[in-house]
Amino acid sequence: MIKVALPKGRLGEKVYGLFEKAGYECPSIRENNRKLIFENPEKQICYFWVKPSDVPIYVERGAADIGVAGKDILLEHAPEVYELLDLGLGKCRMAVAAPKGFRDTGERTLKVATKFSSIARRYYAEQGRDIDIIPLNGSIELAPILGLSDVIVDIVETGTTLKENDLEVVETVLPISARLIANQASYRFKAGEILRLTETVKEFMTHD
Amino acid sequence: MNEQLLKREEQAVFALRALYARYGYRPFKMSKFEEYDFYARNKEFLVSDRIITFTDTDGRLLALKPDVTLSIARNLRDEETADCGCKQKVYYNENVYRVSGGTRQYKEILQTGLECMGALDRYDLFEVVSLAAQSLAAISDSFLLEVSHLGVLTALLEESGGEEAFCREATRCVAGKNAHDLRSICGQYGIPAEQTDKLCAFVGINGERKRVLAQLETLCGDSAGEALSELRALSELLDRSPYGERILFDFSVVNDGKYYNGIVFKGFLDGICEGVLSGGQYDKLMRRLGKRSGAAGFALYLDLLEDLQPQSREYDVDVLLLYNEQTEPQALANVVQELTAAGKSVSAQKSVPPKLRSREVVHLEVLS
Repeated sequence: MIKVALPKGRLGEKVYGLFEKAGYECPSIRENNRKLIFENPEKQICYFWVKPSDVPIYVERGAADIGVAGKDILLEHAPEVYELLDLGLGKCRMAVAAPKGFRDTGERTLKVATKFSSIARRYYAEQGRDIDIIPLNGSIELAPILGLSDVIVDIVETGTTLKENDLEVVETVLPISARLIANQASYRFKAGEILRLTETVKEFMTHD
Repeated sequence: MNEQLLKREEQAVFALRALYARYGYRPFKMSKFEEYDFYARNKEFLVSDRIITFTDTDGRLLALKPDVTLSIARNLRDEETADCGCKQKVYYNENVYRVSGGTRQYKEILQTGLECMGALDRYDLFEVVSLAAQSLAAISDSFLLEVSHLGVLTALLEESGGEEAFCREATRCVAGKNAHDLRSICGQYGIPAEQTDKLCAFVGINGERKRVLAQLETLCGDSAGEALSELRALSELLDRSPYGERILFDFSVVNDGKYYNGIVFKGFLDGICEGVLSGGQYDKLMRRLGKRSGAAGFALYLDLLEDLQPQSREYDVDVLLLYNEQTEPQALANVVQELTAAGKSVSAQKSVPPKLRSREVVHLEVLS
């Protein structure tokens, strides 16, 4: 039985759709109920929904054999897992955004508000830029508007929220997409099943 | 001795001591503290660079030891080993103190392992790998030992002509079995298509030793000649050794290349979510410490074995023996002795403890 941690939300729904097409369906997951775990013994698969940022924890600690997490979460938390596949779903980018017309003169420490402290720190360290990280948990766009920070480092999908708040992308940090990850021990002890699933899902991705 | 009473890690310590002694390894006991400066200079070798420090009575900054190998290596005398063609073979069973990966907090970690240092040859490397497999087998029937050789990846990276930053990022992708990001990194650094394909194919190679060797020979050709020859020799010796079929090749095992060279390996037990054993050949560390000897060894993280132990048990004791003020102490002692002699565990109490679960209750209360 392979245990799969799926991220709650739109991305998770898409991922389940892909797994279903690949022959790893579990009809009970489509039922409208309050169950937390869904099993299909015939297909030897078990799914559960978790908060997207918790997926790597479930997989790293072996509560799930595999899972799907965004590259942003993987880079931020650097879990000890294998990254088997770029699923090509949930594509977006991590970017630096600032109020329109902002120019970083480099004369003073740059104040950066973000949910992704590690990624931001690494990005600016590579440029040798001195920064002050302001860790926030939500509504990041507010920070530069109220003068809490100079810029933000955040995920940008369509850019609509930025535009509506007079912000604009000034640099792209990295492209993001959903990745299939595996627990290091499960990868060994369930090698056959995990590899078969990876290969099958890969086939259905390319046919899409 | 009733082995049921011993925890998994305690049982392992007994079994492993006997195993290592059989192969001529001697126990090595060391001080709990070392000078902080020693670890600070070699912190890249440590699993975590966070170290617990304190000031000694004479003002020196000391550290609670975060690692054992460094201390053993430092105390090695080349004149008694490499210079006269000999080896020092030692094993240890020590607590180390460092930040644990999962919890991000300081932990006391019980670690056991062995080191073989001196004029090492192919037999010694085989012995260390074989003892690693036998150590895992002593703990659980269901284990796998994954062996790699850093020389293969080094040869492929050299062939790609990539700069140091590329090699670092590519190694991270190999460690994460991440072929998709490796391909895009190759693109960013302008690595030729042929070398990119080779590196990406390399990520997918793992499993049964003979099959992997054949794949590597096709992929690498002569470029990784020495590494492949070492792997082949090791594999042949393992074919005829105990648990050979549980020793596989997997090149995602990439211990820090600044210290390790050649054969490296990682051991897994079914039921534990991360590697419980890690080791390899670390001649580079020895050179860094100014030693002429070669070295290989491994450590087993016994604290992780807790996960194999069931969290709850049905009963705390077999018999709850209830007595009162009127019960004769001799009568009570006799019954306790009878029960324990019959192999039962007994808790003599005047009333039932709220959290105690017993298989049966025996009443010895005397009515006044």
